[in-house]
Parts: sequence; structure tokens; C-alpha cells
Amino acid sequence: MTEPTIDRATYDELKDTAGADFVVELVDTFLDEAPRLIEGLRTAYDQRNADVFRRSAHSLKSNSNTFGARTLGVLARELELGGFARVEAADAPLEKLAQEYSRVAAALSELRNA
Amino acid sequence: MREGGHGAARLLVVDDNKVNRLLLTRSLELQGHSVASAENGRVALEMLRRESFDAVLLDMEMPEMDGFQVLEVLVADLQLRDLPVIVTSSLEGVDNIVRCLELGAEDYLPKPVNPVLLKARLGASLEKKRLRDQQKDWMRRFAIREVAQDLQESGFALGGKRINATVMFSDIRGFTGLSETQTPEETIELLNTYYTLMFDAISGHGGIVTLMAADGLMAIFGAPVPQPDPCDSAVRTALEMLETIDLFNLDRDAAGKPQIKIGIGIASGDMVAGYAGTNERAAYTCIGDTVNLAARLESHTKVALRPVLIDRATHEAVADRFATESLGPVQIRGKKKPVDVYAVTPAHKA
Repeated sequence: MTEPTIDRATYDELKDTAGADFVVELVDTFLDEAPRLIEGLRTAYDQRNADVFRRSAHSLKSNSNTFGARTLGVLARELELGGFARVEAADAPLEKLAQEYSRVAAALSELRNA
Repeated sequence: MREGGHGAARLLVVDDNKVNRLLLTRSLELQGHSVASAENGRVALEMLRRESFDAVLLDMEMPEMDGFQVLEVLVADLQLRDLPVIVTSSLEGVDNIVRCLELGAEDYLPKPVNPVLLKARLGASLEKKRLRDQQKDWMRRFAIREVAQDLQESGFALGGKRINATVMFSDIRGFTGLSETQTPEETIELLNTYYTLMFDAISGHGGIVTLMAADGLMAIFGAPVPQPDPCDSAVRTALEMLETIDLFNLDRDAAGKPQIKIGIGIASGDMVAGYAGTNERAAYTCIGDTVNLAARLESHTKVALRPVLIDRATHEAVADRFATESLGPVQIRGKKKPVDVYAVTPAHKA
């Protein structure tokens, strides 16, 4: 993957404008919420709940962009726009999203403690 | 309810996503605002109805009640429809953004929200709200609550509609002579006290003052907001005005000032109510024979030597409740045929 997991310029700007301490709190909130959103995507898909599915993908996209997690943001956006049809695509997008999230979580934890 | 220093506002952030909520709240607090938050549209509306806010930052994608639904409720709510709403969302598609603006959103800011842009847009929205609030305040002061409300609900248009209502004219007897015996400052002070007392009696019975000219007042009962019994309200108001003036005269007497006396004419029936004037300057008023008759009855109090005169229509509506006396058909200035005139006997003399 050529794109970095976290775009440092976006992350640093967030830190500058909102304050370093606050960003630590914000990262913790994201790490707490994101697994629920990803789980929510799976459940919503299984239960065929299109609204919850779209909303979870939308939230994940929005938060990813806040921290500069661009790839995760793109994957989430594809799910938001593509809906269930996108989940069924050959490249297993839900798994891809979960894997990308693991990378993002690791990178954010590292930045948080830096 | 603006609190804090200049430019500090009370804001409501509405977003179902905790990260977004925290971040936006933080950005706004760093700009000196006081911020509350809600996690969906339903909770937001509850808060907006309970507390006073200067602006709302609204997400669109939310469970229970989304941003579009919130905008729809706000635009239909007279109390809340002027509240500026800035949509902050990562909505997909220009259509959705257009829909927000069409539903009355003041502005749209894409997420992640740029703090500099946020500050500028919010500042502009708050300034517009401040001007609107000021205008509303002026309108309340120089117009009348009911008229202000009518304007807000129906908009402004010259012209009127036919209504059935009761009109009252009142003035101070011998005002010109009175003015000559005192300084202009004393006259203004007397008028201000007089207006305060009379307005209080009139609005206390649901009437509105539509005209003030020196010592003369014109008031309408039953328009623009209909009243169950405008004749009754007008006569009660007249009696209260007389009692108030009696009390006021006790004060004036104690201060060695001359007594004042008022005359009141009341008539009921059809009239045309609406905005008369030009598009630049207009007033809410009522016109028609009924209005002329009330004015004539008021001047006739000087001839009849009775403080309150009413026409036949008003009399028919209130005769069972008030002590009245028929003065018979009276030839009134400006009327071809004599009209039936009745005097209302002040309660304390009955």
C-alpha cells in the first residue's frame, strides 16, 4: 500500500487546532467506538438493515477522515455508497475494512503515545 | 439568551457519532462559545424547546430522527424557525446538500470541519441572528405583539380583510388647556403615565392599541387575533380605564396637579383590518363606518357628559352584564341619520 495508514499532515493539524491532550482523548474514543461500528456493519448486513449499515459506514468514513486514515475512509465510503451489493463483491470488502482498521488502530495508538 | 463576552454564543451540537460530537464541541469551546450536545434529532428538539440557543450545528445521518427531519420540524415551528442551523456532515451528493439548504439550513460545512471556516460561517450566522432578534425587538416595541405575530405568520401585504370587531377611541378631556398650564416636560410625563395605564388596561383585556395621537388612543378588540367576546372586553376595558384614572387623579390631587378626565367611544361591527400606508411605511389599522362611529361617539361624550358611550351593536352584546342607559337616537356629527347611543354607567356608581 503506497498511501500511509495515517496522513500525518491531517493528524498534526488536528493536534494543533484541538490540542494534544484532547486528541489523546479523541483517539481513545475512536478506538472504543470503531470496533462497534465495524461489528454494526456486519450485523446490519446479516439483518438486512440498510439504514444502520449506511449510518455505520458513514460514521466510520467521517471519523477516518478526521484522523487522516484515508484508506479506511475510502473503504468505508465504498460501503456507504455501495450498500449490501458492495459487501458481496469479490474482494471481500468487510474483511479488507477490518484489516485496515487494525493498521489504523495500531498507528493511532503509536501516535497517541508519542 | 447570549451569555459570556462579546461574540460568545450558546450552541447546540447534534451528532450521533461521539468522536464528531467531541471534536466539534471542542472546536467551538476553543472559540469561546458555550456548547451543549445531543446524540440525535429527537433529543436535540427536546433541548431546543427547553433551553435557549443561538445556533445549532446539525449532523444529517442520525438514528431515531435524522437532520432532515429536524430541519422540517424547525421550519414549521414559529418559536424555532429563526434559529440558525449550520449543517455539518459528510453527506454524499450535491442533492442532499441542496435539500438541507432548501429546508432552511443557514449553511453547510463538510466534515471534517475546518475550524477556520467554522468560525467564519458561525460568526456570520450569529450576526444575522443578532440583527433579526434586534428587528423583532424593535417590532415588539413599536408595533404590537399580535401584529408582529400576524406579520411573522402571514407576511406583510398592504390591503385588508373584512372582519367583525370592536373599536374603542379614548382621549383626555381638555388636554389642550391642560398642556398650556404645564411645561412640555410635564405634559410628556403625564402622557407617558397615561399611556402606560391605558395600554395596561387595553392589553389586559386582549385589545391592541393601533393609534396614538397626542392624548388620543384607538384600540381594537377581536383583530388581528379573534376574541370570543370583543364587545364585553372593550366595555370592561373602558370601565377599568375609568377606575385607573380615578386612582391616578388621587395621586395628582396629592401632588397639587389638576385632575384629568377621559372620554371613551365604542362601536362594533364590520370593518376592514389590515396594513395601510405604503410599502415603506405602513401601520396595522381598521377602517370603515364602525370605526368612524366609535370616533364620533368618543367626541359625543363631551356633549352627553358621560364618560363611556357605546353603539347599538355593542349594547346588544353586553346589555345583560353592564348598567347602561339609552340616550335615544342622537344626531351625531358626520352621520346622516340619528343613531342609537347608550351610556355605560361606571361600575362604582351603579
